[in-house]
Amino acid sequence: MLVLNNIEVVYNKVILVLKGMSIRVPDGKIIALLGANGAGKTTTLKAISGLLKSEDGEVTDGSIEYNGTRIDTKDAEAIVRMGIFQVLEGRRVFEHLTIEENLQAGAITRKDRQGIKHDIKMVYGYFPRLMDLRNRVAGYISGGEQQMLAIGRALMAKPRLMLLDEPSLGLAPLLVREIFEIIRRINAEENVSILLVEQNARAALSIAEYVYIMENGHVGLDGSTEEMAHNPDVREFYLGLSKLGKRKSFKDVKHYKRRKRWL
Amino acid sequence: MIFFLQLMVTGLVVGSMYALVALGFVLIYKSSRVINFAQGELVLVGAYVCLILTATYRVPFLLAFAITMAVAILLGLAIERLFLRPMIGEPVLSIIMLTIGLSSLLKGLVEFIWGTETRVYPPIFPSKPVEFGGIVVSQVYLWSFILSAIFLVIFSLFFKFTKSGIAMRAAADDEDAALSMGISIKKIYGMAWAIAALVAGVGGIIIGNINGVNVSLSAIGLNVFPVVILGGLDSIPGAIVGGLVIGILENLAGGYLDPFFGGGVKEIFPFLILVLVLMVKPYGLFGLERIERV
Repeated sequence: MLVLNNIEVVYNKVILVLKGMSIRVPDGKIIALLGANGAGKTTTLKAISGLLKSEDGEVTDGSIEYNGTRIDTKDAEAIVRMGIFQVLEGRRVFEHLTIEENLQAGAITRKDRQGIKHDIKMVYGYFPRLMDLRNRVAGYISGGEQQMLAIGRALMAKPRLMLLDEPSLGLAPLLVREIFEIIRRINAEENVSILLVEQNARAALSIAEYVYIMENGHVGLDGSTEEMAHNPDVREFYLGLSKLGKRKSFKDVKHYKRRKRWL
Repeated sequence: MIFFLQLMVTGLVVGSMYALVALGFVLIYKSSRVINFAQGELVLVGAYVCLILTATYRVPFLLAFAITMAVAILLGLAIERLFLRPMIGEPVLSIIMLTIGLSSLLKGLVEFIWGTETRVYPPIFPSKPVEFGGIVVSQVYLWSFILSAIFLVIFSLFFKFTKSGIAMRAAADDEDAALSMGISIKKIYGMAWAIAALVAGVGGIIIGNINGVNVSLSAIGLNVFPVVILGGLDSIPGAIVGGLVIGILENLAGGYLDPFFGGGVKEIFPFLILVLVLMVKPYGLFGLERIERV
């Protein structure tokens, strides 16, 4: 289980981005982290995976614990070895490497050759399209295929916890559904816990069990998916639905900013 | 015809050595966008270490060769650890300036320790030349070529098939993504410098055996520029092809044009190519143009 306890993150020693952020990701679950742009979602993921350090960010208060061990002081490599893997926003495949080399790069922290070979097959099982493209250069495959590759590459590290940063970014609705279905399968079949950051709240709610909503660097609201899907504020602000459960008409949009009830 | 082939062969040998030295240069550029102006001095150090071992301490050549390789790797790692690592995150231009300083430092050290007069390796290869259908090739040349070829093949395979090789290419492609994969960027930089120093050292031994050794050997660092510009600054195959092409062209140009200009064409010709390539194809033959999906 991953526990973020009241953490505070500061960039460049002055810019306070997270203040009192707490979440927990139990083993084997899919947890969604929603919020507006600039709320601090990506920063939260980077704080967990140790990638903050290369951006001059620092966890200055609170603690991050994974299975009882503090990880906020460890570097990115050690955290990957502990089984936490972040899939960066925007796919970030190695464009000049082939699909298969990308997958091998994902397994860089592992030593077992046989296991790696086996897992490459497993990834091709989840994403048969990658199998056909295995010797193609990753820069020239489509956006959806790159997202599949990014997730497949993460699987190669045999993570216990995957941090997914906006896997739906820039993808067609049909592809989003396909990718989310695979994320759900990976969670169920490989027993990988998932912390999912999304702008696409509807898609995220379709697979998550528990939802945190971030605002200005901390959690504003949280609850089970069921609760959240019925919360009038979430429905209005994140799902775009009116009280009657219908799609909102632009006719009814209020032109003043509605006060959010949890603030 | 014989004259032509003779020039080709000489060019091939010199070219393979260029390719080797350029490989190290490309590696450092690829992994950290740093243009290493000290590459020629790494060649110089390699040449001297092996020379001192074989000439002064009478170490058998193969052993001396192995020791030189080890020394070169350590030197590369040390340079990265002492000078480059504190500069991580600084502007690339500062780091490039640092390599210029490093080149002076290394050159100065070599002069300080081993002096400036030209010295020659004890004869290692039999002096009897080998003949291939009329073309006479001295054994030094033959072995130099074989040696360079072996190293080039080893490194090509290394980058294509080993985990470290893939990690190095991955890190060159997208550093943040590599970091998220658990690839240690510091290790990658260290490895790049170690390999760069290693191939430079081997290049130094080769050129030292052919021409003898003195401080001006480090000028080879400059000759590498036309090679990498032609091949593409960030392309490993480019370094190899570029090296061979430049080596052959400079020898042909020297052989055929020198009589008209009274010599010196060989030295100028690579830089003429450099200017032409920059005008026509600035990415070089194999340089990676940024892949952009539209």
